[in-house]
Amino acid sequence: MPVVLKTTQLTRRLEGEVPVTLVENADIEIRQGEFIVITGPSGSGKSSLLYLLGLLDVPTSGQIWLNGTETSSYSEDRLADIRLAELGFVFQFHFLLPEFTALENVMLPMRRLGKLSGAKIRKHAEELLDSLGLADQMHKLPRQLSGGQSQRVAIARALANDPLLILADEPTGNLDTASSANVQKILKDLARQGRTIAVVTHDTHFAKTADRVITIVDGKIAAP
Amino acid sequence: MRLLIFIALKHLLARKRQSIVSLLGIILGVAFFLAIASLMRGSEKDFIKRLVDNSPHITISDEFRNPRRQPALLLYPHGAVEIRRVKPVTEIRGIRGYEQILKQIRPMNGVIASPMLAGQALVSFAGKDLGVTLNGMIPAEIRNVSTIEKYMIDGTIDDLLANPDGIVIGQELARKLALVKGENITVSSTAGQSRTFKILGIFRTGRANYDSGQAFVSLKRVQALLNRPNRINSIVVKLQDPYQARQVAADIESRIGYKSLSWQEASEDLMNTLIIRNTIMYTVVSAVLIVAAFGIYNVISTVVMEKLRDISILKSMGFYARDIRRIFLIQGILLGLVGTLIGLPLGSAIMSGMMQIRFKPPGATEIIQMPIDWGWLQFAIASAFAMTASILAALLPARKAAHVQPVDILRGGS
Repeated sequence: MPVVLKTTQLTRRLEGEVPVTLVENADIEIRQGEFIVITGPSGSGKSSLLYLLGLLDVPTSGQIWLNGTETSSYSEDRLADIRLAELGFVFQFHFLLPEFTALENVMLPMRRLGKLSGAKIRKHAEELLDSLGLADQMHKLPRQLSGGQSQRVAIARALANDPLLILADEPTGNLDTASSANVQKILKDLARQGRTIAVVTHDTHFAKTADRVITIVDGKIAAP
Repeated sequence: MRLLIFIALKHLLARKRQSIVSLLGIILGVAFFLAIASLMRGSEKDFIKRLVDNSPHITISDEFRNPRRQPALLLYPHGAVEIRRVKPVTEIRGIRGYEQILKQIRPMNGVIASPMLAGQALVSFAGKDLGVTLNGMIPAEIRNVSTIEKYMIDGTIDDLLANPDGIVIGQELARKLALVKGENITVSSTAGQSRTFKILGIFRTGRANYDSGQAFVSLKRVQALLNRPNRINSIVVKLQDPYQARQVAADIESRIGYKSLSWQEASEDLMNTLIIRNTIMYTVVSAVLIVAAFGIYNVISTVVMEKLRDISILKSMGFYARDIRRIFLIQGILLGLVGTLIGLPLGSAIMSGMMQIRFKPPGATEIIQMPIDWGWLQFAIASAFAMTASILAALLPARKAAHVQPVDILRGGS
């Protein structure tokens, strides 16, 4: 399978009176259709690595290759374009926009991309929410949804533009057991459907279901 | 852009109370700005209109800006002989050869000119004496250079054509001396001459001083009464375009030598006062809108602070920094636009209300209404100022929002 994302010697350091290294010399390859779990102790740099992979943060050194193209020379706007079209994010807290209904939240990335007509955007968003069991909830505001439902809306939003890679940061970390199991199932189903997914999690049980587990300790990738 | 407007609207509607309060600031600011500016501008226009209508556009007087040179000096400008103690001939004061001067002036484009001789006189009737300014004029021409005909309440100026021994007086003078049209009064000049005139007309301008202190008689009679034959002391000029008065006055003065005073020059102090008044007025009413703009700044700053997480999400989703800046700028523009759109009709309503107020200014005999100017300029200035203030108020928080780094916020979690 072709490599979707690759990093070489990826390092992120926070400068200051006491410099902190969040990620150090990380070499990662994610292939198309892979379901990868990034795990490690708290403060080990899992989320920092995920933000780097998601082009939300800029590495201090090293390169990130997306679909065979090195991204370090990209402008902020170009990186934003890639995040919009090629990447989908799911965060620990659903981070839905509170003034927008579930449907509007899912439609937002598609409207920003502007490739589809208004009617098609709406239809696609409805289909996504329907496929995640939220057909009855799509006109509700985030505050009217449960944690599990909100996280499913966030997954639908991440899928909206049919991204190359879905990056999830502790997607079950703030959910009860049942909701957590449901979200895990959804992500695994998506992986089975051929989606490329990278998940940061503490959950060892969830990690066992991945194609590959990357363990990170003190910002460094531990030997497999 | 539609998406950005949609997001901006959602933000504002989510904070209805704060948005309405800041909107109210702009609405009231625009309304008061408009009402006060239109009142000030209206009173200024009214003042200038009265000035232009009721006074000559140019007054040529029997004076020179620089004293005339002695004939000997004119004759020998480079003479080696010094002439001392030259005693000028005592002349009858006034403009000499005014008919030739009028022949020079009248062909000028848009110029209507008429000679006048004004002097002090005493009106006597039934044992009472009152001082007046006696205006000698040519009755057939006066209506072209003066608005006095418009203020006639009894008789006409034309009646002086039929009876050269007639006089037109003001209503206040008539009231003080208990005079009516048709009665005869004695007018005595400072030159010692005295003559009886028949009252042929009465005028009322509404200005008490004018109505009690001015009288109109035919020019020849005043020349005789003041003992100044073939002399006048002013030429009154009206122009088709009053605002050309300054240039035309300079042109006339360069041709004839006598001092030609435009209405602008004559009222320079008052015009400067109007400029100062306008500056103060615009400063005060602008302060209202500046305070309102702080309201907008406050609302949008609060929204930005509360929305740091949403801004991060939008950026992670692929929104550009400039998109974020625009979302918050649009909020300022929307508040300014809606505030202006509601403020303008409210201001117009206040203006209409003010127009209903009628009052009698001190010294006037007529009730007048508040002068309101409905020109588009006030509306444009109020709108432009409100919009500019709103955009500037939104600019700082919008820039701050654009600089938010998503990772810094997302790391913080909930």
